[in-house]
Amino acid sequence: MLLIDCPCCGERPEDEFGFGGDATVRHPNEAGAGDPPGIEAFADYLYLRDNPKGWHSEFWVHRYGCRRWLVVERHTVTHEVRSVGLAASGGEG
Amino acid sequence: MRYSILSLARQALAGHAGWPEAWRKPAPKPRYDVVIIGGGGHGLASAYYLAKLHGIRNVAVLERGWIGGGNTGRNTTIVRSNYFLKDNAFFYEHALKLWEGLSRDLNFNVMFSQRGNIILSHDFGGAEGAKMRYNALRLNGIDGEYLSREEVRRRVPDLDFSPTARFPVFGAVNQVRSGVARHDAVAWGYARAADALGVDIIENCEVTGFDIVGGEVRGVRTTRGDIAAGKVGIAVAGHSGQVAAMAGLRLPIETHLLQAMVSEPVKPFIDTVVISPGLHVYVSQTDKGEVLMGGALDGYNSYSQRGTWPTIEDVVSASVSLFPRLRGLRLMRTWGGVMDMTMDGSPIISKTPIRHLYIDGGWCYGGFKATPGSGWVFAHTIANDAPHRLNEGYTLERFRSGRTLTERGLGNVPHHH
Repeated sequence: MLLIDCPCCGERPEDEFGFGGDATVRHPNEAGAGDPPGIEAFADYLYLRDNPKGWHSEFWVHRYGCRRWLVVERHTVTHEVRSVGLAASGGEG
Repeated sequence: MRYSILSLARQALAGHAGWPEAWRKPAPKPRYDVVIIGGGGHGLASAYYLAKLHGIRNVAVLERGWIGGGNTGRNTTIVRSNYFLKDNAFFYEHALKLWEGLSRDLNFNVMFSQRGNIILSHDFGGAEGAKMRYNALRLNGIDGEYLSREEVRRRVPDLDFSPTARFPVFGAVNQVRSGVARHDAVAWGYARAADALGVDIIENCEVTGFDIVGGEVRGVRTTRGDIAAGKVGIAVAGHSGQVAAMAGLRLPIETHLLQAMVSEPVKPFIDTVVISPGLHVYVSQTDKGEVLMGGALDGYNSYSQRGTWPTIEDVVSASVSLFPRLRGLRLMRTWGGVMDMTMDGSPIISKTPIRHLYIDGGWCYGGFKATPGSGWVFAHTIANDAPHRLNEGYTLERFRSGRTLTERGLGNVPHHH
């Protein structure tokens, strides 16, 4: 069982949360991929992932708690959680 | 040695002391025509078909661990070809046809048992959707049948048919030729058969990099030295992204964790595979009598090969609601595998932007059933430097061109089957 230390609610079990995927992916409009961004930039944004074996920065939503979106740094081998922040403040506590 | 009733009798009389090793343990040669990275079912099958069908016998299979230690030995052993989209339907049907003759072809009993694959519907809408899919199957020339509630009751009497059932059985569709196989035997059988054709199977040999010159692969660097290669194929399942990254490629893949579990063994009472798409659970019984249960992904990126309790609870509670008799059983064993989930739920068997480097991956959690077909088309792709008709759609470029293959019609999520 993962325990995620929600900045609003404290340490809560993983089944209160929903997983939102890689938090480092940026929409081409945000990432400054040209104006308008090319089709390649959109394909990369939609489909390609770094998929690291190690520390992974990812979105979670506290679905059955405060319902805030969080940015969690978690290790994809040990499942250790290193940091949790609010997505709205760019991942800061 | 060819396995037969005679060799068995001879060895039995000799006290079983004379069985030879099933495959050699060669040291790597300095150069091979083809190097396959990954000694799972797919890699071994690719090497076998390269040697058997394409006459390319100077082949090495490099395995980081040991044969049978990865996903080939970590699945729920289900084999089926009940797909909707034509690319998938024809590919998996070809694999199923290879399964039907596999034990004889490999001279190794993979215990392929065609016991059907009963997909339950719990309501009218679900049954209509299932019928649409099975009509598509029949149009593609693949077998399927629709079962009414009463027919399901005769076939699987231990499902919950009571008026208070939480998930009542409305009907089902069955692919009769589906089945299960002994997963370890698939790895061992392909390894032994490939070895007999001259393929070097090199265990405890981890690839640490590629030798790429001018956009063309020339060989691999490994923990057992550099190996030159005319062509290189990647077949490493959950670590596809890791190995491809060594060649500078980014893939439309996330690695996720899938668990499965067995109960303590009991007398036979389920002689088929029962699936509930609504509950996302599949239940069968092994030859040892264990009730084998699988479900959905744990739901977050992981390379850990071990899962957590919420998924186990989901799978077990869903199984118990289908089969109330399971209630008193104890869970004996759980395990996890790492899955290469593509963003459209279909595999990639393709050339890459690097010449003579090929990739076979993105199996999501449908890799086991594909094993013979995957090896067959990957061998063709490597030998001819071009895909076979059956894997033309499984390109890397489809994610750029928009020709994705989404069985479920969802968007870009790595959670498709």
